[in-house]
Amino acid sequence: MDSFFSNPVTDWLSGVFTGWGMNPDAAHVLTAFIAILLLITVVMVLDIFLVWTERKIVARFQDRIGPNRLGPFGLIQPFADIIKLIIKENIYPKGVDKIVYNLAPVIMMMSVLLLWAVFPLSPILFGVDLNVGVLYLIGVGSLGTLSIIMAGWSSNNKYALLGAFRQVAVMISYEIPMVVALLIPTILSGSMGINDIVWAQDVWYIVLVPLGFILFLISATAELGRAPFDLTEAESELIAGHHIEYSGMKFGLFYASELLHTFTFGGFIAAFFFGGWRGPGAETYPILGLFYFLIKATIGYWLFGWIKYTLPRIRIDKMMDLNWKFLVPFSFALLVFVALTNALLADFVGSWIYWVGMLLSNLLFGWVTMEILRRRARGEREKVEGVQPVAEGGH
Amino acid sequence: MQTEWMYIGLFLVVGALIPAAAIIVAAILSPRKPNPIKESTYECGIETVGENWVQFKAQYYIFALIFLVFDVETVFLFPWAVSLNQLGMFAVVEGIIFIGILMAGLVYAWRKGMLEWV
Amino acid sequence: MECREKIMTAMQIIFGITAAVMVGSAIMVVTTKNLIHAALWLIVTLFGAAVLFATLNAGFIAVIQVVVYIGAIAILFIFAIMLTRREKGDTGPGLNRGWWLSAVIAVVVFGGLTWLLQGWDGLSKAAPALGPSFDSVGLLAETLVSPEAFVLPFEVASVLLLAALVGAVYIAFQRKGEE
Repeated sequence: MDSFFSNPVTDWLSGVFTGWGMNPDAAHVLTAFIAILLLITVVMVLDIFLVWTERKIVARFQDRIGPNRLGPFGLIQPFADIIKLIIKENIYPKGVDKIVYNLAPVIMMMSVLLLWAVFPLSPILFGVDLNVGVLYLIGVGSLGTLSIIMAGWSSNNKYALLGAFRQVAVMISYEIPMVVALLIPTILSGSMGINDIVWAQDVWYIVLVPLGFILFLISATAELGRAPFDLTEAESELIAGHHIEYSGMKFGLFYASELLHTFTFGGFIAAFFFGGWRGPGAETYPILGLFYFLIKATIGYWLFGWIKYTLPRIRIDKMMDLNWKFLVPFSFALLVFVALTNALLADFVGSWIYWVGMLLSNLLFGWVTMEILRRRARGEREKVEGVQPVAEGGH
Repeated sequence: MQTEWMYIGLFLVVGALIPAAAIIVAAILSPRKPNPIKESTYECGIETVGENWVQFKAQYYIFALIFLVFDVETVFLFPWAVSLNQLGMFAVVEGIIFIGILMAGLVYAWRKGMLEWV
Repeated sequence: MECREKIMTAMQIIFGITAAVMVGSAIMVVTTKNLIHAALWLIVTLFGAAVLFATLNAGFIAVIQVVVYIGAIAILFIFAIMLTRREKGDTGPGLNRGWWLSAVIAVVVFGGLTWLLQGWDGLSKAAPALGPSFDSVGLLAETLVSPEAFVLPFEVASVLLLAALVGAVYIAFQRKGEE
């Protein structure tokens, strides 16, 4: 099978290296190294433009123009920012644990870059087709959690520590609904490989399991630490959370990794629920697949931005309640329900009966959930109103 | 398989090298003029009181414990999800029993008030 | 065959480096005075185990190692350290009176294991090559869930997890009551 590491270009390149008298295996490893270096460089350049996109998006949401001075549409602005970040003074605040302090942003960025190893860019352009791709995603995410703890602890700052621990408590909690949301595409496609999941989506999974998509969107937002779940950057309480003591390039790495993480998750939303690179003609012209995929990933990225700049932050106890008392039971119920309907409709797989059946059963499930929540909310309201009767007709 | 993991290993190395290079380049290019005020802990201009070691409440630990149980559970659920299409209804019932038993644990924790963030 | 031997040598080099890192970090776990540093070194050791699983073609186990041990248990340890210890480092001596006894036991166990394994031919035998279509995850899934294989242990595992959850809640409940 073709992949990012074995295609005509890399075969040619390792042939060249072998021609120079190199051991074939070493040539292969060197080629893979160059391929990865190239991919990561492209990703980092993409990341630079994400800074610009983010600033433009937030500006538009807040009725501003955003960067517009340097270059056309302010496109050169991020490069100016990078130069500024590089030549900023290298400050070590009092009492920091220097090794851990420097390691944290590196691990943070690494955990995001590692996700690109399994990123299904197009039918022939992907890193590694791991057969445990979905679990790999979660494993790499736990490295990110680790780097937040490292940053918060090594900074020698109460607020950093508090922010980091709150963020980690939230991240591990929301990992459960996220894992369950990822189990749903696994059930439908019968594989944990991300590429297999994309290939199995003759009909996008958003059509088959819209509730699974919503579940993944909510838990991924919490996992990314973005608003309304951005406890770590609760400016009014914790200033900037785990990266409060970071400045210069180290802060830049945290910032860049957050944006890249968001974009990557936009891509994974596309891969799991919007058919990845699939679209008309993508199988025959892989470059078209790349185009579709990037469009979908950008839409996913914009969706996260839309959520971030629309909703206010939720308090931590409400967030924990939302997760443990609603999302966790809901996600497991949904998982069982999807497994059940999938098995009941197994005879019709591939026909419209299956698709319509899955969609309708999902909508029914969503409606029942909403109805239960509505009754419960009404009960709560009546309880509160019963304690404090509101005088009618007056203030 | 092994070659795939070799690529992942290479990715890990390069993925760590590039951010590390960014930090090193910044450290070489940037000036360094430390003074005590600049290096003091940032608390919005207020002097730091006491140690930075905050005593955390038991809630963090409890949630981590409950999370651990569910994390291990998902380890079992992934193979289950993969083989669901081949085994059909039998596997579905199996999964329902598996998840049902664990939900009993969640309900127990809920009733004992362990899911409250106070 | 020659290519296979080369892969084996590369594997041996990777194994050697990983094993050295694991042993070194394990020593750091018990010798460092700073508790959080000890936890971080422990994570290095656990990650090394994941690397070893990956080199043994057990991708699923490798990823599970990272998800469960680094993603959950290490975090649990760090939370526990923050919960219980007020002082940053451990100031007492790193050894207690029984250190020589444990050293003797360690040497004896290591010597015994070496002696036992000398007669075992599994160390020199090469593992049978796996076909290109070998699907470890699919096989694992089927053996775990199918009615002919380990379905009962699969269900019993959930009872075990339930017991762990109830136990955790019970202990935490008492702790909460003391506050």
